[in-house]
Amino acid sequence: MARGIAQELEHDDRVVFLGEDVASAGGVFKSTVGLLDRFGPRRVRDTPISEQAILGAAMGAAMTGLRPIAEIMFSDFLAVCWDIVANEIAKTRYMTGGQVSLPLVIRTANGGGLRFGAQHSQAVENWAMAVPGLKVVAPATPRDVVGLFAAAVRDPDPVIFFEAKGLYPGKGEVPDGEIVDELGTARVLRNGRDCTIVALAAMVPRALEAAETLAGLGIDATVVDVRSLVPLDTRTILESVAATGRLFTVEENPRLVGWGAEVVSIVAEEAWSELSGPAVRITTPHVPLPSADALEDHARPSAARIVETVRKTLG
Amino acid sequence: MPTPTDLGLPETPAFASRVDDELALRLYRSMLRMRRLEKRAYDLFLQNLVKGTSHLALGQEAIAAAFGEAMRADDWTFATYRGHAHTLARSVPMEPVMAELLGRSTGLLSGKGGSMHLTSVEHHMMGSYAIVGAHLTVANGAAWSAQLRGTDQVAVCFFGDGTTNIGAFHEALNLAATWRLPVVFVCENNFWMEYTPIDTVTAVPRPAADRSAAYGLEPVFVDGNDVLAMYDAASAALARARSGDGPTLVEAATYRHGGHSRADPGKYRAEDEIRAWLARDPIDTYRGHLVATGVDEARLKEIDDDVARELDEATEAAKAAPPPDVDLVERDVWADGGASWRN
Ligand SMILES: Cc1ncc(C[n+]2csc(CCOP(=O)(O)OP(=O)(O)O)c2C)c(N)n1
Repeated sequence: MARGIAQELEHDDRVVFLGEDVASAGGVFKSTVGLLDRFGPRRVRDTPISEQAILGAAMGAAMTGLRPIAEIMFSDFLAVCWDIVANEIAKTRYMTGGQVSLPLVIRTANGGGLRFGAQHSQAVENWAMAVPGLKVVAPATPRDVVGLFAAAVRDPDPVIFFEAKGLYPGKGEVPDGEIVDELGTARVLRNGRDCTIVALAAMVPRALEAAETLAGLGIDATVVDVRSLVPLDTRTILESVAATGRLFTVEENPRLVGWGAEVVSIVAEEAWSELSGPAVRITTPHVPLPSADALEDHARPSAARIVETVRKTLG
Repeated sequence: MPTPTDLGLPETPAFASRVDDELALRLYRSMLRMRRLEKRAYDLFLQNLVKGTSHLALGQEAIAAAFGEAMRADDWTFATYRGHAHTLARSVPMEPVMAELLGRSTGLLSGKGGSMHLTSVEHHMMGSYAIVGAHLTVANGAAWSAQLRGTDQVAVCFFGDGTTNIGAFHEALNLAATWRLPVVFVCENNFWMEYTPIDTVTAVPRPAADRSAAYGLEPVFVDGNDVLAMYDAASAALARARSGDGPTLVEAATYRHGGHSRADPGKYRAEDEIRAWLARDPIDTYRGHLVATGVDEARLKEIDDDVARELDEATEAAKAAPPPDVDLVERDVWADGGASWRN
């Protein structure tokens, strides 16, 4: 993450970065270590514990020529500044007839896996997806953390960048040099004939692991990493469903109005005849996330639950 | 509810400050444009031509006018849903404002925002915000951007007394003070929130001025109906911001002549309270002051007629304009001009 932010601070003088404990301390997840030393306190700033003030500052700066990156430490805290996100940042371009541009990124640690309990663990990407005017991105690999982040910062619209905090300790190949990806593009990570498993962020490695197990059971699964909920690459999903005839979504967000419901409804409307059986959503149940290892692990979709669900459904 | 005298205000504004003659008349013209436009807007409500809600600043014009004249053309305004006056104060023409109120294609926001969201980036009027308190934090962001880019611009943010009790107010004041941002916060204390008097729900008598010490700021309390005193206060706060000394929190005591919004006749207020404040009307008293200090009535009459003509032309043109094209519904969600969320 620090590399991704550094790349953008380096690339464009107008980029600034602010948040709680992000500068001197290098972030509560140590994901911004070294940025203050390298770019100085004008561009890398510690703030008070004032989520509305942080996002308001990002918004005002964005509308007057800067390209701010604002950190909200845990995505659960978006609830205390949701007005600035959902009423101010999301609506202002539209309400003003296109007069105001808000090129800014809100990056935030999202989802479970660290036993933090319900107020520091929820996956809230579906909140953001429900608000017109916000782009919503959630990478699953270190490479995408850098590449999609660059795309988010360079995008002319506000982007919420959800970092799966359960994946922070993960490792993966990141090529040297500047990496700039593209928003609104899903990626097919594995090609199989029998079903399509669509996953996001922390659920992507689990879907891949499940696909390996399923292969051993004679079920050949395609795995699609959605990467970006808004814009949504429906084409890649629809093409894959056309090829396999079966759809599963793997979502960390609680069940109701999760992003998978939108994907399933699009497939139902536009590819009904391609489906050879029900589309099935695999989600966290509709509960706040519990803390104990056994409970949290049970609540979030696991590779084993994916395998089980796919196996049973495909019979 | 304290009387003006309880607050240490004279029965009518003192007009003790001096400005040059041209500025004196510009202030008069500016207030008159606000007053006339809002009265016309009210008439158009009654004819059901202006829909939705609308919050008039009748009686509060001196604050917006004084800042409008004291600000540099590239300083930014952030206002609330009660923002018609603040928009006109930045020299935005009447016609697109009126057309926006009427929901016409020629509206300032092409009919997409309405009365509560007037914005004209071209005039550095950066928006009217309808969620209490939010825009204080946004004004900080503009001020921060000016500070980082070294442009000497100042962000000025207007809001009501009720806004001093919401969290965003305190978050914004603290950040502005710690970062020494070039921002001026202007609390227009009209002593009422919607229908509740501010003193019944606030821990201190002066909702903004008595909080300033918490942010290391000096209390500033001004007669908000005295356009000359307001001009001085505005100039001082803007100069302080521009010289790098950080924010100012100004509390301007004023009164709204009407109800909170279109639907509210404002009957919950005592007759003698209204009478005391009507006697302090910022425009009538200022006109009297100008005449008493030797300004020719004819000059004032010329301005009156001019504003009346501008308003009539703006109203007619706005009424004649067509409604917005429905294609606009799915335009301008994104920078590419569209609303698409998928491929
Ligand atoms: C967060 C929020 N809460 C409540 C409202 C409803 N509301 C609109 S205006 C208003 C009163 C605000 O009073 P004040 O700040 O004194 O401003 P004034 O209307 O007097 O200009 C209220 C409660 C709102 N728009 N936003």
